[in-house]
Amino acid sequence: MLTALIDYESGNLHSAEKAFQRMARETGAGEVVVTDDPEIVSRADRIVLPGDGAFPSCRRALFEHSGLFEAIDEAVNRRARPFFGICIGMQMLADTGHEYEETPGFGWIGGEVTAITPADPSLKVPHMGWNDLVIDHAHPVLKGIETGTHAYFVHSYHFRVTDAAERLAHCDYGGEITAIVGRDNIFGTQFHPEKSQAPGLAIIANFLGWRP
Amino acid sequence: MLKTRIIPCLDVADGRVVKGVNFVDLVDAGDPVEAAKAYDAAGADELCFLDIHATHENRGTMYDLVTRTAEQCFMPLTVGGGVRSHEDVRQLLLAGADKVSFNSAAVADPEVVAGAADRFGSQCIVVAIDAKTVETDENGQGVRWDIFTHGGRRATGVDALDFARTVAARGAGEILLTSMDRDGTRAGFNLPLTRAIADAVSIPVIASGGVGNLDHFVEGVREGHASAVLAASIFHFGEYTIREAKEHMAAAGIPVRLT
Repeated sequence: MLTALIDYESGNLHSAEKAFQRMARETGAGEVVVTDDPEIVSRADRIVLPGDGAFPSCRRALFEHSGLFEAIDEAVNRRARPFFGICIGMQMLADTGHEYEETPGFGWIGGEVTAITPADPSLKVPHMGWNDLVIDHAHPVLKGIETGTHAYFVHSYHFRVTDAAERLAHCDYGGEITAIVGRDNIFGTQFHPEKSQAPGLAIIANFLGWRP
Repeated sequence: MLKTRIIPCLDVADGRVVKGVNFVDLVDAGDPVEAAKAYDAAGADELCFLDIHATHENRGTMYDLVTRTAEQCFMPLTVGGGVRSHEDVRQLLLAGADKVSFNSAAVADPEVVAGAADRFGSQCIVVAIDAKTVETDENGQGVRWDIFTHGGRRATGVDALDFARTVAARGAGEILLTSMDRDGTRAGFNLPLTRAIADAVSIPVIASGGVGNLDHFVEGVREGHASAVLAASIFHFGEYTIREAKEHMAAAGIPVRLT
């Protein structure tokens, strides 16, 4: 079994790599490789798209790698390989991003990525720190994760999901903030599982054993 | 609901924790990685490494330390000290830091913050502000604070409030605010300073400098309006555990993450 962690030079891959490698080792889920090689992505059994930074620059960086997005698209949408997007890697699943400029997303999960505007003006943006999850829909990757579990968030934009069935969890920050999305073989978290201590590692382990 | 973060800070020089960390039976109390693991297990919300003797020659030591920590601690890590350029930021992020903190380089040129935020995202760019009271009212209450660099030795004449607004507008994701009046005094945070800065910017402010007891954390949030509180010696020497600090804050009505 091969899990490909996509490297498109966006942010901190090191901790995601180490977290996935550790949980792959603990659960016997095979090899985790960091790669920007479309050929390896095509062979992978699972795909993880991490990402930090602004929506337009992340999308640009991803598409600048010739053949990389096409390989991911083909693996996820034609061969139904399990996919895990983290932070911007999750936001890019949307139809459109509105950070700095309007940027098309993958359109895999319907919705828009817009600025967080807390109803309470004393709430700071970025939404940075530990917030408790409210589970909207049970999911195999959320085994052992309950409403009230804390996860580590850091973001200024959030994913407004069109179809409520595809928002698996949210948290409250002067309004509802999408925390987890999913449909079919696609899964994504706004928070950083690789930074969320034990619950984050549990989600990673669940993903590595997930057979959608 | 978002929780108030408690952040232990490790002062690191040449790859070793300054003065050591002695709150659990560490094999090596001076090893930052050992200390980080202990704080991870203790339920700290984030960790901060401050390279207090950062020089060009010893950067590699810090990168190695960050890498080894990130391999074992799956929690947010901020690294500061001697960060001057976008290349420094990139190297620290690649090593495994989640956030990188600018200090004097941002004072010298706030545009370095704008460029770094644009390239790496605001979420990973922290600006550390070291401020001292330079004017008080008739009650001795601070009303104006200037930035000091080089461990508080060098006055810059830059107004801390103006500077905080400037770096927030340039894309900083967070401010780590240290009161040089209070640092090391155990007299509590400089609350007028903390509140002035926290109220002036829309980004989170971490209060630092002066914690001597657990009430100080509560004051920093309630009166200082800080989003997070940072401390070093109060934790390192085992006076209080992270858990005790959180329980104390929870009892005072401040939302915290109890693990």
